[in-house]
Amino acid sequence: MAFFVADNIISPLGFKTADNFHALAKGYTGIDMINDTKIYPEAFPAAMINSNNLDDAFIELASKEKYTRLEKMLILSIKDALDKTKIDPTSARTGIVLSTTKGNIDLMASDRQNSFEKNRVLLWKLGEVISHYFGNPNQTMVLSNACISGVLAIQAAAMLIQVGKFDHMIVTGGDIVSRFVVSGFMSFLSLSPKACKPFDKDRDGLSLGEAASTIILSKDITGKDDIKFLGGASANDANHISGPSRTGEGSYIAIKKVLEEAGISPGQIDHISAHGTATPYNDEMESIAIDRHHLNEVPVNSLKGSFGHTLGTAGLVETAILLEEMRQNTLLKTTGFSELGVSRKINVISKTTNKELNTCLKMASGFGGSNAAMIIQKA
Amino acid sequence: MEQLTIKTYCHIKNNRICINGELAFEYPEASSMHDFLKKAFKHFKPGYAKFYKMDDISKLGFLASEVLLQDKPYLAYQPEDTGIVISNSQSTLLTDAEFQASIQDDTNFYPSPSVFVYTLPNIMIGEISIRHGFRGENAFYIFENFNANFIADYINQLFLSHKLKACIGGWVDQSSENYEAFIYWADNKKDAPLAIEHTAKEIERLYNLIR
Repeated sequence: MAFFVADNIISPLGFKTADNFHALAKGYTGIDMINDTKIYPEAFPAAMINSNNLDDAFIELASKEKYTRLEKMLILSIKDALDKTKIDPTSARTGIVLSTTKGNIDLMASDRQNSFEKNRVLLWKLGEVISHYFGNPNQTMVLSNACISGVLAIQAAAMLIQVGKFDHMIVTGGDIVSRFVVSGFMSFLSLSPKACKPFDKDRDGLSLGEAASTIILSKDITGKDDIKFLGGASANDANHISGPSRTGEGSYIAIKKVLEEAGISPGQIDHISAHGTATPYNDEMESIAIDRHHLNEVPVNSLKGSFGHTLGTAGLVETAILLEEMRQNTLLKTTGFSELGVSRKINVISKTTNKELNTCLKMASGFGGSNAAMIIQKA
Repeated sequence: MEQLTIKTYCHIKNNRICINGELAFEYPEASSMHDFLKKAFKHFKPGYAKFYKMDDISKLGFLASEVLLQDKPYLAYQPEDTGIVISNSQSTLLTDAEFQASIQDDTNFYPSPSVFVYTLPNIMIGEISIRHGFRGENAFYIFENFNANFIADYINQLFLSHKLKACIGGWVDQSSENYEAFIYWADNKKDAPLAIEHTAKEIERLYNLIR
């Protein structure tokens, strides 16, 4: 068994999970118009972390080494999560999984290429920088599987604890809003001109965001607030590399497998944290997968209207919030949502309310036809 | 106890393709990996036009899977029981560089979605899944060097937790200097002519078989 024992979120809404949770409860969004021609020639909406705030927070941790913006975010995130535990990051029994899509991709820009050694842009190197900072003796396992990376990384970590490879797993993830990623999504015409509106009838695309997040899993229960990992699965649509299945096939299979593994019936699910990117196709597809499992009445939210889409770290950010929702027995509203705009009737949360939450489902989907699902439960 | 065993494996490196350690195709005069893959693809004639729109590293992984699966071992398995776990060191670095070149200057700005989508390493897994209808577990991992220990543990645990019954595993890497693919097919069928234990030791041995 693997237990969730500590977590952190570094986002524009705050540098601790609790700060982020309170901001979401008030319906705040981190998405703002960005006017920075270094990132994109025109203004665009995104949830970006203020660099001065990041540097101020990092001053306390600074060493002689020089770190990239993403590395600072990741180190701050891991440090805050670790501080809540007695886990020794220098132990060989502590493993690290890093989830990211593009890592230090900003170092590819011609004016940045000489600021760090050449291999710093490689994802395994990013993993090494993190393990060196914390004195961890193990090779960081770096997972890069598009937008399901975060959820998949938690699944991998829980699995490694279950087979006895490690006693504790630090699952960390981060992605930044870069010229590379903004230009890519712009070329796909998938960015909304305003802050995104998940599951809404007027949704017209996603908003990008940047964040780092850390979730620490342990073989031992540490307190009454602990929540346990019950199961995780991934599945491929085998349909299209950049569009979701029209029948929600991969997502449906991932949920089916995880229900089986967890030994849970759909009726026991108290709450679903969806992927909810606010693109027309993704949200429609998720509504179909939810409908096919008859989960129509279960309260669903998406946090993309507050954090934007944080890519490889989205699954971690959203799981950290889901854990806090469970601890607080609170259903957070879907910022940006007002009227249901998917073909299947699902119960999208429009107002933050209290509800006893015991067993919850996390969903994720991404490019490459990838889908993931995870079930967690109060210990 | 039921277990996975490796039934077939494929290497592509140094302008050669080997199946189960035996040379199946070579083109020593190839001017680049791209050139080699195009020639090799014609040789194996899979007749799949989508191949030509893929980026080079997806082509490398895709071609390796075509050669690996010639005898269609997957037909004995349900789509959702067939997984793919691939790893490498460089992620999609060369395609990243190609996309970066298209966005470097505001005055020469031409980002293309068909390049951008290939800047995710798991797109290769998507391409192989689409080709054969595989709908099982997916994961793409990045390590400095091939990590047989991790690949063996990860896939075996997915098998033991009933999330797959058959799987493609391996390493597909491309840098500006070099390229290599080593992928294998493992499943739970018994009594096959070639059944190699799915252990880190054996995976490491097979990886090093072709120099």
